[in-house]
Amino acid sequence: MTVASDKPKVGLFVTCLVDLFRPVVGFAAVKLIEEAGCAVDVPMAQTCCGQPAYNSGDRHDARMIAENTIRAFENFDYVVAPSGSCAGMLKKHYPALFKGDARWEERAKAFSAKVHELVSFLADVRGMDRVTAAGGGSVTYHDSCSGLRELGIKTQPRALLASIPGIELREMRDPDVCCGFGGTFCVKYPDVSNSIVETKTQAIADSGADLLLAGDLGCLMNMAGKLKRQGSPVEARHVAEVLAGLTDGAPIGGRD
Amino acid sequence: MQITSPSFKQNARHALDDVQLQKALGNVRAGFIDKRQKAVDALPEFDALRDSARDIKNHTLENLDLYLEAYEQKVTASGGQVHWAETAADARSIVLDLCRTRGARTVTKGKSMITEEIALNDFLDASGIVPVETDLGEYIIQLRGEHPSHIIAPAVHVNQDQVEADFRRVHTHLPVDRDLTEPETLLDEARKVLRAKYFEADIGITGANFLVAETGSSIIVTNEGNGDLTQILPRIHVVIASIEKIVPTLNDAAQILRVLARSATGQDMSVYTTLSTGPRRPGDPDGPDEYHVILLDNGRSAMLGTEFQEMLRCIRCGACMNHCPVYHSIGGHAYGWVYPGPMGAVLTPALIGVEKGGHLPNASTFCGRCESVCPMKIPLPKMMRHWREKEFERGLNPATQRWGLGIWAFFARRPQLYALATSIVIPVLGALGKEKGRFSSLPFAGGWTKHRELPAPETRTFRQQWAQREALKQGGTA
Amino acid sequence: MTTPRAAILGKIRGALSGADDSARRAAVEARLSKAPKGVIPARGQLDDVSRIDLFCAMAEKVTCSVARVRSHDHVPKAVSDYLRARNLPHAIRVGDDKRLKTLPWDQIKTLEIRRGASDGLDEAGLSHALAGVAETGTLVLASGKDNPTTINFLPEHHIVVVDAKDIAGDLETVMAKVRRKFGKGEMPRTLNLITGPSRSGDIEQKIILGAHGPRAVHLIVVG
Repeated sequence: MTVASDKPKVGLFVTCLVDLFRPVVGFAAVKLIEEAGCAVDVPMAQTCCGQPAYNSGDRHDARMIAENTIRAFENFDYVVAPSGSCAGMLKKHYPALFKGDARWEERAKAFSAKVHELVSFLADVRGMDRVTAAGGGSVTYHDSCSGLRELGIKTQPRALLASIPGIELREMRDPDVCCGFGGTFCVKYPDVSNSIVETKTQAIADSGADLLLAGDLGCLMNMAGKLKRQGSPVEARHVAEVLAGLTDGAPIGGRD
Repeated sequence: MQITSPSFKQNARHALDDVQLQKALGNVRAGFIDKRQKAVDALPEFDALRDSARDIKNHTLENLDLYLEAYEQKVTASGGQVHWAETAADARSIVLDLCRTRGARTVTKGKSMITEEIALNDFLDASGIVPVETDLGEYIIQLRGEHPSHIIAPAVHVNQDQVEADFRRVHTHLPVDRDLTEPETLLDEARKVLRAKYFEADIGITGANFLVAETGSSIIVTNEGNGDLTQILPRIHVVIASIEKIVPTLNDAAQILRVLARSATGQDMSVYTTLSTGPRRPGDPDGPDEYHVILLDNGRSAMLGTEFQEMLRCIRCGACMNHCPVYHSIGGHAYGWVYPGPMGAVLTPALIGVEKGGHLPNASTFCGRCESVCPMKIPLPKMMRHWREKEFERGLNPATQRWGLGIWAFFARRPQLYALATSIVIPVLGALGKEKGRFSSLPFAGGWTKHRELPAPETRTFRQQWAQREALKQGGTA
Repeated sequence: MTTPRAAILGKIRGALSGADDSARRAAVEARLSKAPKGVIPARGQLDDVSRIDLFCAMAEKVTCSVARVRSHDHVPKAVSDYLRARNLPHAIRVGDDKRLKTLPWDQIKTLEIRRGASDGLDEAGLSHALAGVAETGTLVLASGKDNPTTINFLPEHHIVVVDAKDIAGDLETVMAKVRRKFGKGEMPRTLNLITGPSRSGDIEQKIILGAHGPRAVHLIVVG
């Protein structure tokens, strides 16, 4: 039974990709949010943020999914997602789905105001300036597009990483340029996507870092998948794994 | 020009395989981005100017009819003539009529995307009138029988050795042993060849970056000076401009000029900003005897009042394509019509129809870099999404996509069913991929695994594991 | 039959339907008559001395060369010096601008003065600017018999005299001057804003000077 407390209650929107492919990111998020002095719960009624429908022009399904998400999360103090892309969808795009439906639009706005991307929540909302994790080695950080441009996440992950003794950040060329994932884009236009990710993996390789970090699992699966296909020794993890010190398991795409 | 946007995927494939093109595209990345950033960083008011520029255009669009009328009145008062054209064909026939009635045989042209949009060169050629492009980049691609691959750097897809080969092929009156190994010598040659053309031409045609309602002026913004020679040497100057080029006043133009060149080439100002008002005045020793403006609608009025109205703020600086990872990969021709890159992905479906231009707004990762650099703050990704909505509403996207999306949405809307399905599928996939931690190929994932490995899921979903953990906790405290 | 003009304006009005027409008219008239200034960068808002210095510095940044002289009387020598330093023919194309015409050209014995518009054969042309813009190092030239537009573009070298007192901080100030000089809403046939010598980046994005206009722009700042 959950003990009642005066800690802020955070609903973890785990994101479909983390839920299905990389649960460790979810546990890392829980650990970090708890370290930031909050109580975490995971509503079981969540599925996906709805971006695949929304970005494919299917507003109806996107709205239905959004309603489901809002219902599941609107009673929390905060809604936190370990993804700039999904958090951006929840925070910046949900209200637009309800244009013309005043009651739902208000509800969506109230919900969106509580939504934060994980690292931004830790640093900007909870004022966290260091983490307790230990670690080491050279890392390079890719700024995922939605987190960077919709939510202004750039310095926060770097600052928290810098608080880990032994971690050396080696910036790649153009860390703010898209990796070519783009959700359904990467399967609709695989050749173009491939050209973009090849440019990205070259920049990653040139950075000389051993570990690639980012805040979005979609981008990470794309980049890690390409690195693996190229036979690169660079490993990839979600930044939350490193910040939480949960790096015992295999990196994304397995260990060679 | 022929529209090849429907075969965007094949176009892109060819572009990716084109070694010369891929080499040239490296120049886009290197040439524009750093220069823009430097110019922007040097002007603390840049972002405030973007807001100002956006507001000016918004105001103008909301009063477009009134500003067009005011503009027309000033042009007429200064001795110029305004022609209204609803369609590309109307604009072309106005030009042809001017050529025929004035006995024009050759026209020189300043760089103008609107004349590309109305395919003026092919039309003039077919009508027995010789159009001569005078911008170096436009001249190069005219020699090559191509179209611009970039709205401000039309020949950005061409490498220097290709230019040399083209000049040798066409400029046969020059010594064969001449040295053309430097860009300077190539430019010199073009300068000399074209200098004669300005004097021969009967009509000079330019586009316009702005039309100023306050004064009836048309403004062109260039670096080479060809646009100016095009409009001051021939007897007749014809401006072709679409209706959204209007700005209210000279001061409004001054605001937008501050963001235009910085966004385009990283200059504070382009070399030549030229305001032209009417024909030569009494006592003027130079300048054209006639001044005509063709105001072209060609689909713009149909964008007003719709979710695409904001696109009419576009000032054609090219910053969106300069910063677009998709454009960097495939260049401009793959987009299959006049306007490439993010601005083309929004504008093209509006002008040629989403049935033909539908790939363009889909071929975007929504990375948002275009919007972040757009001097007019046009929400390009949002409008690409609107096109996807139009396609979806009309059932224009491929059946496989609709099916896939439909099945996924069916589950995503039903949390319990979704949980059940994923709790069955994920452990199976996890077990299959356990050894390597990834898949090199997988049924239904060919789009992904063609170029990259698919990381395998862990053994169970996060929610399965979380539920178990919570249950254990409760068991422990009970 | 509907004219294309009526059709286009009709479509625009249809798309904007619902807006209050009289309010729109009033807003448009107000904007056209008042021509409000927007954001004016601080860069050019300087005292006289610093503003002129900034103008020269910005012009040099865009690869103009700059000479400063105390009065108009020194212009002929400055022109001659420029031509000699670059081994150019000792001839200059110039319009009817009184500020240039009345100068002591006879002091420079061998300098050939060619009057009127350029025919494309001149190596060097001389103009008097209407104004300068310190913010960007931009020259403002108005067409007419005083300063024919062809001189701005056809010669390889363009020498431009700018009065220091005509150097404004920003373009808006120059536009106000144009309104005063030519009348509100009136313009010379051509107003050229020139920022550096002609250039092209169309071959592999390499910037080369001297595309179709002058290869070199030389400023003589007076005062």
